Amino acid sequence: MRRPWRAALAPYLWLLLFFALPFALVAKLSLSHTVLAMPPYAPQLDLSRGLGGVSAFVRQLSVETYGRLASDRLYLAAYLSSVRLAGLATAILLAIGYPIAYGMSRFAAGARQVLLMAVILPFWTSFLIRIYAWIAILKPAGLLNQALGTLRLGPLDLLNTDSAVIIGLVYAYLPFMVLPIYAVLERQDASLIEAAEDLGCTPTIAFWRVTFPLSLPGVAAGALLCFIPMVGEFVIPDLLGGSQTLMLGRTIWTEFFADRDWPAASAVAVVLLATLIAPILLFQRQQAKVLS
Amino acid sequence: MSRRGRSGGPSAFNWGSVVLGLAFLYGPIVLLVIYSFNASRLVTVWGGVSIRWYAALARDSQMLDAVWVTLRVGLVSATAATVLGTLAAVTLARSARFPGRTLLAGMIYAPLVMPEVILGLSLLLLFVALDLPRGFWTVTVSHATVTLCYATVVIQARLASFDLSLEEAAQDLGCTPVGAFVKVTLPTIAPAVAAAWMLAFTLSLDDLVIASFTSGPGATTLPMRLYSQVRLGVNPEINAVSTLLIAVVSLGVVAAALIQRRRTA
Repeated sequence: MRRPWRAALAPYLWLLLFFALPFALVAKLSLSHTVLAMPPYAPQLDLSRGLGGVSAFVRQLSVETYGRLASDRLYLAAYLSSVRLAGLATAILLAIGYPIAYGMSRFAAGARQVLLMAVILPFWTSFLIRIYAWIAILKPAGLLNQALGTLRLGPLDLLNTDSAVIIGLVYAYLPFMVLPIYAVLERQDASLIEAAEDLGCTPTIAFWRVTFPLSLPGVAAGALLCFIPMVGEFVIPDLLGGSQTLMLGRTIWTEFFADRDWPAASAVAVVLLATLIAPILLFQRQQAKVLS
Repeated sequence: MSRRGRSGGPSAFNWGSVVLGLAFLYGPIVLLVIYSFNASRLVTVWGGVSIRWYAALARDSQMLDAVWVTLRVGLVSATAATVLGTLAAVTLARSARFPGRTLLAGMIYAPLVMPEVILGLSLLLLFVALDLPRGFWTVTVSHATVTLCYATVVIQARLASFDLSLEEAAQDLGCTPVGAFVKVTLPTIAPAVAAAWMLAFTLSLDDLVIASFTSGPGATTLPMRLYSQVRLGVNPEINAVSTLLIAVVSLGVVAAALIQRRRTA
């Protein structure tokens, strides 16, 4: 075929219309000011006036909304706490996800298949339901405190705290950390370890000198795959966090649905995206490398 | 090849991490299922075995409506996403260079990790700008947009090991390009296409955030309905719906895995 890329015309146009164009609208709205708190927002692009319309439009754009974000403590706090909670959860995920992935890779091939499916299966069951399950566990008279009570340990008041958000994040994203690490470990050539041990390494040293460094691409993929969406997470902070738990995803939701401040919601979205653009590009480069 | 040679099978530490990991993943789900059979209205106090919440569910017409909407959105959007995703994956796998390849690849990988609130907000702004009434079709189009990216990645991974010269051979033997694709490529990647459809369908079934932004009156999906209930507190009826949903999805996934294993075995 001379022009094989013609087959991609449909998905191409689809994504331009439903993915790229909407982003331009978000960017535009973040630079607009509210007229009576509902659409339309000024300025409006008047293409019938030709280039004059475009330049009039550009001159009227304002960074007023961003100024508002920068001067409001609440937005800064939400920004910092999103990055902090997502970073903390990523660190915990690494600490518990790596041993699980490593453990899985040590089983015989048949058992590995079953374990792999067991880790993937929860991903297929509803995210919302899995977070809901934690409410019954963490609430004051919930199952965790009932269990602690029989052990005569003090009640823990976890629901509606940042700790509950971390637990929820770690729980929901665990498969995304385990799978990329497992994929790398499973492919690793066992003879490398044998060689290291023949050359006098103890199994522990062989692990830290050979296995672990070689698994770093999987670690990086898992960390990015978890960190990026967690920064913008909405459901988990909303259901498990308290009113004091501020995260950007939740801020966008509140600005949009409760306060009806669309320019502010758009500006927060742009800031969130600007924060995540570097990790997203990193992730894309890695994906392209894996797939090609 | 003595892959696990000298070090032997999994150590106690390996066993421990895997068992604890799986217990952590499945514990909350198991508790949720058990308490859906609880006779007591208080979700966390055991009051004996009962199926009263399942009976209550069968009478909850709003919940049933939401299930129906969700299934329709899922079927239509997953099908659209799979068709578009197949086209995108085939092109990306087949031609290393063509105008705008980087842009296409970027638009496919970005939504995979993009926070859902951003996707939902931006799609809503588009629908408002186009002055489209929000409802069934806006949710369906939004889901198709996001899930087509997942579908592309799944199919592209399968195409990576597909020998493109087979298609060329078919064309040399007189097939049209479309004919060669349908007769040679499609049968080979069929399992991946099916897997992509299932993934797209499940993601659509599961989505709360994008649907909340892009849906309108009369098109409340099941996750939206569940979310508004959950916000009011835990409720045994939610446990019952969740259990049914988990059962259906698990059966589907296990069946799909068994079919695929039989085919490869």
